[in-house]
Amino acid sequence: MSVKLTTRQVGDVTVMDVAGRITLGEGSSALRDAVRDMVSKNQKKILLNLGDVSYIDSSGIGELVSGFTTVTNSGGNLKLLNLNKRVKDLLQITKLYTVFEVHEDEAAAIRSFA
Amino acid sequence: MQENANHAPEIVERLLDSTLESVDRAEALAVGMAERAGLDEDDLMKIGMAVRESVVNAVVHGNRYSAHKKVRFSVAASKERFTVQIADAGEGFDFESIPDPLAEENLMRTSGRGIFLIRSFMDDFQMRRLESGGTEVTLVKNLVSK
Repeated sequence: MSVKLTTRQVGDVTVMDVAGRITLGEGSSALRDAVRDMVSKNQKKILLNLGDVSYIDSSGIGELVSGFTTVTNSGGNLKLLNLNKRVKDLLQITKLYTVFEVHEDEAAAIRSFA
Repeated sequence: MQENANHAPEIVERLLDSTLESVDRAEALAVGMAERAGLDEDDLMKIGMAVRESVVNAVVHGNRYSAHKKVRFSVAASKERFTVQIADAGEGFDFESIPDPLAEENLMRTSGRGIFLIRSFMDDFQMRRLESGGTEVTLVKNLVSK
């Protein structure tokens, strides 16, 4: 399965549920397009729920960084939710874990945007 | 490491097209062999990812998706080690020019983490320039020390 992206609105926070593989090609470009689309619609509070991400490669990590930078540069906030062990380990060894604000509880993550 | 029922050495060689489909194919082939060699789930993930990153480098940066250039891919599993070799037919590159992705100034770059991840996941990683001009990488996971 490639990546599947589903967007929902919780108050003024846009939650994107990401499922599947974020790898070079369709997966990473879909994520990039989706983040840019949200920014173009002036959505500034974005929460990426990565709970159902089964696999992410260096290209996918690059897209998370790119999304973070794009949203931050537009004056918004992009935060991460529900990292599985594999994604968390990758962000830790690449020293990116402390760059992102990471949450394990969706309600708390939503409140953190206030 | 899990008990390996079949200690017979296994060697597979393929010539792959310079496409992203080849990346999936190479990863699946290597992971399947690693599984048969008795590696555990954590090592399967590491080998799969290291192979994926290496073949992406060969297809994208080495052969630049050229329909006229192939990626030579071989996997060898023995009792002692699991070895993967990947060679492209590209122009080669300066190994010294690879930036450190953990350096403060590179942390927010959107690319440049592939070789770092390969080194992190394998016990040994070597790169060499081929006489033909391409690049060959060798990835090794040791099995005896586990």
